[in-house]
Amino acid sequence: MPTRRFKIFRYNPHTDERPRYQEYEVQVPTGSTVLDALNEIKWTQDGTLTYRRSCRHGICGSCAMTINGANMLACEAQVHTLKRDPIVVEPLRSFPVIKDLVVDMDGFFDKLLLVKPYLIVKTPPPTDKERYQSPEDRKLLDGAYECILCGACTSSCPSFWADKEFLGPAALLKAYRFIFDTRDEGVQERLDVLDNKHGLWRCHTIFNCVEACPKGLNPTWAIGELKKKVISEKF
Amino acid sequence: MIIHRHDVVVVGAGLAGLYAALMTSDKVDTAVVSKVYPTRSHSGAAQGGCAASLGNEVEDHWEWHFYDTVRGSDFLGDQDAQEILVKEAPLVIYECEHMGVPFSRTPEGKIAQRPFGGHFGNFGKTPMRRSCYAADRTGHAQLHTLFEQCLKRGVRLYNEFFLLHLIVRDDRCYGGVAWDLRHGGLHCFHAKAVMLATGGYARAWKITTNSMSNTGDGLSLVLRAGLPLEDMEFVQFHPTGLYRSGILVSEAARGEGGYLINGKGERFMERYAPEKMELAPRDVISRSEQTEIDEGRGINGEAYVHLDLRHLGREAIMEKLPQIHELAWKFAGVDCIEEPIPIQPSAHYAMGGIPTDVHGQVLKDEKKTPVVGLYAAGECACVSNHGANRLGTNSTLDCCVYGRRSGIAMAKFVAEEGELLPDLPEGAAEPARELVTRIFKSKGKERMVEIREQLRETMTENMGVFRTEDSMSKALRVVKELQERYKELSIQDKSQQFNTEFMEAVELGYLLDFVEPIIVGGLARKESRGAHFRKDFPQRDDKNWLKHTLAWKTEEGIRLGYKPVVITRFPPEERKY
Ligand SMILES: Cc1cc2nc3c(=O)[nH]c(=O)nc-3n(C[C@H](O)[C@H](O)[C@H](O)COP(=O)(O)OP(=O)(O)OC[C@H]3O[C@@H](n4cnc5c(N)ncnc54)[C@H](O)[C@@H]3O)c2cc1C
Ligand code: FES
Repeated sequence: MPTRRFKIFRYNPHTDERPRYQEYEVQVPTGSTVLDALNEIKWTQDGTLTYRRSCRHGICGSCAMTINGANMLACEAQVHTLKRDPIVVEPLRSFPVIKDLVVDMDGFFDKLLLVKPYLIVKTPPPTDKERYQSPEDRKLLDGAYECILCGACTSSCPSFWADKEFLGPAALLKAYRFIFDTRDEGVQERLDVLDNKHGLWRCHTIFNCVEACPKGLNPTWAIGELKKKVISEKF
Repeated sequence: MIIHRHDVVVVGAGLAGLYAALMTSDKVDTAVVSKVYPTRSHSGAAQGGCAASLGNEVEDHWEWHFYDTVRGSDFLGDQDAQEILVKEAPLVIYECEHMGVPFSRTPEGKIAQRPFGGHFGNFGKTPMRRSCYAADRTGHAQLHTLFEQCLKRGVRLYNEFFLLHLIVRDDRCYGGVAWDLRHGGLHCFHAKAVMLATGGYARAWKITTNSMSNTGDGLSLVLRAGLPLEDMEFVQFHPTGLYRSGILVSEAARGEGGYLINGKGERFMERYAPEKMELAPRDVISRSEQTEIDEGRGINGEAYVHLDLRHLGREAIMEKLPQIHELAWKFAGVDCIEEPIPIQPSAHYAMGGIPTDVHGQVLKDEKKTPVVGLYAAGECACVSNHGANRLGTNSTLDCCVYGRRSGIAMAKFVAEEGELLPDLPEGAAEPARELVTRIFKSKGKERMVEIREQLRETMTENMGVFRTEDSMSKALRVVKELQERYKELSIQDKSQQFNTEFMEAVELGYLLDFVEPIIVGGLARKESRGAHFRKDFPQRDDKNWLKHTLAWKTEEGIRLGYKPVVITRFPPEERKY
């Protein structure tokens, strides 16, 4: 069975003076993902290695991390596609480290809350019936509602590195998901947070988020649409 | 120890838990405790949809849905509960839509509906479109929407808090004790009403569709509190888990017209369910696949068959099954537009669980005596909606309908209880403290991975699609042995912060507890019904076994009891597809 070397970021801010990297050698049967390899290390070599995971098929958003310098989901990263040796695994950058590959995402979720990430309606819905929405209108949400809130995009964004108050691509994509939902009536309530120097205008279309998104979504494009929307709402 | 006081504490932030919290939070002080961040809950993995007789695409009636659910359950479901499930289905779907779930739509703009196994029209006769869906990300769309509504309403969330102990004394629940994963340390949650919505348990099998966090925690906590579990022997095996990993390929693939093909290139369902073919219920298809595999007609004689979508064409696959396309590519290296997908039966769903009444209140015995202040809903509960076999898309529905009902019942209960919380019983948190000390201090020589993997292999091999007296007795022997070895378990990570090794050790303890009633209940039930299929008793036996199993954990092992099935409308008949 083939083996691969992994060089993994280790740090517990409560007990370690500074971070270090630790190397492991792991057997990787065909089809192994980086998550499989981390599990193998944790279960057979070093029980102290710490990371988040749950669904193991790219839907729960727990396992985003930096692998050979790029943000990915560990459970989707096929080991055989990673050419660099050893494979370097680090926590998502620019979020505080809690332990090893586990980062503090409270700030990330606080940003999400700022854009009012929920349907805002003023007209009461019909009783005993759904609201109608045409398939074309529904299609506007494709590419936005699929977000799994893994944080890979926001962590890869240079504007976020420079301005920790920047909402970041994930929160902005969420704003798009609601503002472009034809059922929503909350554009005005969201404008203040969006139309702001830590909001939409902080995005300089660097496209890192697009590259980082494991679900193939395009936050930069959505931010562009939001910018147009904000301008049209204002004038 | 920090003590938190709330009117209602919901444990679990999947569809069932969040729906309940939305029902209580505007009336009474509500907290949700979850070992994973809410959007990481397993519900987000549900793909295919949520059933309701909206009749948006073809004529449908709740009575038809009712009949399918009863027949699907192989007549072991309680028909009072099943009637509520299907009658309230349209209501919760509309409520979900009103909250913002981005359902796929029909050309007129109504919620779109697709066919799903086991769902038919006109009492089992005509094809049906009953599953409401958001492409093949329905659970994701529902979970995120409910979570967003919780944010909107300011529900108090305790994320990454891991429940270790349930405080139950004299038929009343007072709260629970949880471990703060992030910082370490025990927190006591003291409440008037506690709800368990801790989800499924299929991580006890080696080949499973389930998330790694589905370790049946709530089930074992209930057993440890001296309360029974119901119908645990009924375990659903999904016919289309990816070969080796078990990762789910949604039944939507067959709903949209996918074929099952064996090693000889035959659509083998012709032999087992000539009328309904690939749309027969899951237990029937899983057994058919396993038979093909066991008789050497797997692909190249190996332990898998093919799910073929190629004839659907690129456009339909990308429009209706985009996630399946992605999953097959990422986890099996197969482009399902060009090639068939290798699949095998995988442990998927718990029909049994914590016995409750139709308001979610937990029941403690054959006489259905309620436990005051304790509720359960979703996959961990057994109302029983699913009896011996669950129909696809009826589970997320169950979470919504019964999560909602539990929420309403808890809000009412709390209002009637008055201002004061009942005092915590003496030494309420001791068992949690002992557990933590034991695991952190142990110098035992047993390693987690060996015990856990042996358990999972045993369950897949001996408590799988087909069972016999021998296989189940063997499983029981192994489990007993592993329970002993577990006492000698030690962990390497002794730190307080985010100790996932500690969490896995506790979860292993949960796995080892709830599997015992599954095996003992299965050994006792000398018949085949729904998902429980015994080669040595291949017939259903209504005379002796049309009853629910209850299982208690005692010093001497598992004690069994039985209670009757509620039959209101459809008397048992032969179940043929
Ligand atoms: C891959 C897959 C696809 C599926 N597709 C469908 C479908 O299309 N349609 C359908 O109807 N059904 C489907 N099902 C079944 C359905 O998804 C589940 O039965 C349902 O989502 C369970 O929801 P729940 O709310 O009961 O629990 P979950 O969503 O599993 O949530 C459990 C919650 O409990 C918490 N928890 C557990 N233990 C503890 C503890 N000790 N301490 C604190 N918190 C704890 C977890 O953190 C989590 O928040 C599918 C299942 C699988 C495996
Ligand atoms: S484990 Fe769920 S996204 Fe990777």
